[in-house]
Amino acid sequence: MSARCVGVLALQGAFSAHAETLAGLGVSCREVRTPKDLSGVEAIVIPGGESSTMSQLLESSGLLQPLSERLHAGMPALGTCAGMILLAAEIVDGRDDQVSLSVLDIVVRRNAYGRQVDSFEAGIDTVVGPFRGVFIRAPRIVSTGPGVEVLGRLGDEPVLVRGGNVLAASFHPELSGDARLHRLFLESAGLEGFAGEEAPVARLRGES
Amino acid sequence: MAGDLIDPAGAAAPGPEAGKVEVSDGPRRYAQDMVSNGSTSGSRSTTGSARVKRGLAEMLKGGVIMDVVTAEQARIAEDAGACAVMALERVPADIRRDGGVARMSDPEMIEGIQSAVRIPVMAKARIGHFVEAQILEALGVDFVDESEVLTPADEAHHIDKFGFTVPFVCGATNLGEALRRVSEGAAMIRSKGEAGTGNIVEAVRHLRSILGDIRRLTQADSAELFEWAKRLQAPLPLVQEVAETGRFPVPIFCAGGIATPADAALAMQLGAEAVFVGSGIFKSTDPAPRARAIVEATTHFRDPHVLAKVSRGLGAPMTGIGIDELIPEQRFADRGW
Repeated sequence: MSARCVGVLALQGAFSAHAETLAGLGVSCREVRTPKDLSGVEAIVIPGGESSTMSQLLESSGLLQPLSERLHAGMPALGTCAGMILLAAEIVDGRDDQVSLSVLDIVVRRNAYGRQVDSFEAGIDTVVGPFRGVFIRAPRIVSTGPGVEVLGRLGDEPVLVRGGNVLAASFHPELSGDARLHRLFLESAGLEGFAGEEAPVARLRGES
Repeated sequence: MAGDLIDPAGAAAPGPEAGKVEVSDGPRRYAQDMVSNGSTSGSRSTTGSARVKRGLAEMLKGGVIMDVVTAEQARIAEDAGACAVMALERVPADIRRDGGVARMSDPEMIEGIQSAVRIPVMAKARIGHFVEAQILEALGVDFVDESEVLTPADEAHHIDKFGFTVPFVCGATNLGEALRRVSEGAAMIRSKGEAGTGNIVEAVRHLRSILGDIRRLTQADSAELFEWAKRLQAPLPLVQEVAETGRFPVPIFCAGGIATPADAALAMQLGAEAVFVGSGIFKSTDPAPRARAIVEATTHFRDPHVLAKVSRGLGAPMTGIGIDELIPEQRFADRGW
């Protein structure tokens, strides 16, 4: 369990799509569900899903504190949708008991674009060029603190931001079949060309 | 996970995809819907695409979707960590007990649940009852379950799900049925199981049948795929896609008969990607702890120590019904075509 790899928080949500995208880049990754899964993890992806479900499982699994410590010590992270909510410093319209890892100085509003019938895909402008953004019951970035760069916009609105070692998107790069933002994450994390020592998570379906 | 979702956007390849498509209207629309990757910058926003519909199914993976009949139950479910709730007037066990015609729930009741929670809210429409589905879409439910648990409205046709912005989940007992539902536009497939029995045996049968046939398909040669399509009564392009990718085009969840944390973990170890729990939670003696335990078991489904821990002291599960005790007319899983 100590081999170097990128962790994908796998408590609930779209973790398999992230793991497959990273595997496609030749990166070793590991599903993280317990504190011991964190050992050897050099960077972490916090996927989309339901932030309230993940909040609760972060606490019950005992992951909240060690994960928070690693993040505050500078472990690189990519958070998408609910993952961005968990990383944000402030959440508007969340549940009172929702946990916050609070490593990215942004304010986000949960489900700010409406219900599923309002979910959409649209072209967005990012530092890696035009990108197909898939927004599923997406959160909105209400404001960004000093030191947070906006790396992508939908119209005028920030949808992709970076602060320190944390990259966050209100959309789902893991669903658009385009690995450029995952590559950007690995580069930002200093893990470019990184292909650890564990066998990649090739296919999750049907695997047990 | 759909293979199309992980192809590079630039290589969305209308060419090869279009080449695969030459049969009936259903698959053609399916394929067109899936190759809409297109150009990126400046293109206008699109709702209700296959990617957006299946995207929500991706977000629900690893989670538990709980049947609730009141706003209070919905809050208990959300507090317990449900990733979504299914709003309905009667849980399947009560539908079974009461008999009569089971229909879409009262919109007022669905709205009450929508305003009580922030997680996605699903609701059921009768098989083939596209007007119930239109009403559910107008209410803004997040997923429509075209469900055999309700009394079918059409004995030959399912809903044309491409005509909707809201995504659909449909039940299936085997791979052919699952692929037919995808060809009609379903964004998620769940096992039918035998809802309201608290008995996992039928869901296990359905998962093994669907996932086993997917594994077998990957071993078939190209000539055998024609025979597979005929036998499964499923569109050839979808059969070829599954054979090629080794995976089903949309997420597959388990439903029908889950009553304990161990049942949920069994479904996950068999290859389901999330679970629906219907009567199993609110027909047990102590719903909240059972709901939490099933959420934990679904996440930590491979860890027997966690499963042992969360299975303790939950009170009595729902009593349950042996499948042999049901007369054929009482078997919901036989509904759907």
